[in-house]
Amino acid sequence: MLQYVIKRLLSTIPVLLGISLLLFFMLRMLPGDPAQVLAGQMASQEDIKNIRQQLGLDKPIFVQYGIFLSRLAKLDLGRSARTQSPVIKEIWARLPNTVLLAVTAITLACLFGIPAGIISAVRPYTWIDYLFTSMALFGISMPVFWLGLMLIVVFSLVLHWLPAGGIGSWKHVILPSFTLAAFVVAFITRITRASMIETLSQDYTTTARSKGLKEQVVIVKHALKNALIPIVTVVGLQFGLLLGGAVLTETVFAWPGLGRLIVDSILARDYPVIQGTILIFGLLYILVNLVVDLLYAYIDPRIRYA
Amino acid sequence: MRQDSLLTIKNLRTCFHTYEGVLTAVDGIGLEIYRGETLGVVGESGCGKSVTALSILRLLASPPAEIQGEILFDGKNLLNMSLDEIRKIRGNSISMIFQEPMTSLNPVLTIGEQISEAIKLHQGVTHQEAWAEAVEMLQMVQIPSPEIRAKEYPHKLSGGMRQRAMIAMALSCHPRLLLADEPTTALDVTIQAQIVDLMERLKEEIKTSVLLITHNLGLIAEMAKRVVVMYTGKVVEEALVEDLFAEPLHPYTQGLLGSIPWMGRKMKAGRKQLQEIPGMVPSLLEMPEGCRFHPRCPRMMDICRKEEPPLVQKDGRRVLCWLWK
Repeated sequence: MLQYVIKRLLSTIPVLLGISLLLFFMLRMLPGDPAQVLAGQMASQEDIKNIRQQLGLDKPIFVQYGIFLSRLAKLDLGRSARTQSPVIKEIWARLPNTVLLAVTAITLACLFGIPAGIISAVRPYTWIDYLFTSMALFGISMPVFWLGLMLIVVFSLVLHWLPAGGIGSWKHVILPSFTLAAFVVAFITRITRASMIETLSQDYTTTARSKGLKEQVVIVKHALKNALIPIVTVVGLQFGLLLGGAVLTETVFAWPGLGRLIVDSILARDYPVIQGTILIFGLLYILVNLVVDLLYAYIDPRIRYA
Repeated sequence: MRQDSLLTIKNLRTCFHTYEGVLTAVDGIGLEIYRGETLGVVGESGCGKSVTALSILRLLASPPAEIQGEILFDGKNLLNMSLDEIRKIRGNSISMIFQEPMTSLNPVLTIGEQISEAIKLHQGVTHQEAWAEAVEMLQMVQIPSPEIRAKEYPHKLSGGMRQRAMIAMALSCHPRLLLADEPTTALDVTIQAQIVDLMERLKEEIKTSVLLITHNLGLIAEMAKRVVVMYTGKVVEEALVEDLFAEPLHPYTQGLLGSIPWMGRKMKAGRKQLQEIPGMVPSLLEMPEGCRFHPRCPRMMDICRKEEPPLVQKDGRRVLCWLWK
């Protein structure tokens, strides 16, 4: 098992290299000159040239990539063109916010989505199934920014219960994480329902009932445990996406996370920050997938990694 | 000779409400299982054998299933019991073995866990005691190194081993009635023989009655004392095993027995083609009028087409046929 984990961790290196290569060259295909953006509209040619030199943009692109890689090997992502502070520091300052939002949102989504999916599967085609299924549809079809704005209107402006944006107390987390969860919950409910309907009709479920077990035990111990693989897959993928910055939600709620950092950096053509943030997204996504794979083996004894 | 009855089924009717219509899988059957005996139920796929067993323990999802009639176990009607009451009987006084050992064990729980959970539930013992009992049961069904096997998951066991584990699970609470639904069908012949021996032996040890459901007449001959033949949800014949094999009364039973290849028969009767029952089992949605077997029956009479046959009692046997009226 440990061997497998080490192998998988080592395999992230070529993946990250691939990401960095694509990212580096595609970024530089974007129209717009970072030196120009940084210097402003009124800057002289001389100023722009100086800035370009400072940023190392005057060197050939392959040399720039080489410098980037050699720094990366020392875990140095460079400095932000805008703020001059190290990229690592910029990311570090915002990563906890993004993780907090993602973890809260995915937890909320699981807390509602998994039970809703189970109830729907246990009572298929009844009013409660239709209720949960339509709630899921509602959540998935509502644009995030619209839901976010509506929540702000109701809970901040009208009821004055929760802050409209920013960060500070636990109250600030509620609205943005709820907005994100509304979208994710739909996936989780649907996959849980489908997966549970399948396991509830399996022979081993009948065996479990024939032993005289209570229906709750049959559902949770015998059916749910078998239904978990697809559920964990979807939860993992969605969690990875949430970690990759919930750009719209973070913008609506003025949430200082990685999503907003990357949008601001793209607008400012701040190459080092964009590169650093996307590499971190890639790394997080790979790690989440590794955890999901390890969970498979924990859930299903037939899956073993050597 | 009146024996002590353990389970009496009266006029059992199990139907399924589907979009295509109401499917009556079991249509007003009656049968009796005596204490300590093995009753065989035989018939083609879809004749209602398994549905009968599942109806006894009320294991069919309702809806779509609807069960009517009376199933008396120890004088109490299982169909009138609350879910809590029937749960106390499931796995305890009545337990069940299923056809597919590959799919009827839970793949994500250890064998020991699956056996001990029923013991823990019905006997109110601690986890350790239940586990020890489970290991003992595995030993009883002759699984080698039972302590190790108990900690393993089903996928590590062969089909025969899994069916042994299934039998261990079913017998773990020493049930008074065992419903064995095609217990050997999915196994190859040598393993079948081992499982039959094992069931015979355990039946004596635990003194349980067995309802043996199968389409294998050889298995019936080996294990059962009495046999019930089912066709399209009805009991068409009931007799002692030796009587049935010696002289089948119903044309369907005659057809079934005629379609078994017998070793040595060629010697006596010269070269003889293997018989078959012509036609197909009718769909539950399009049952023929009168006797349900009449379109396939070689001895069909006029009345068979028009009126349902009566259940005729003859020398302690029962047969659903106009021929014997």
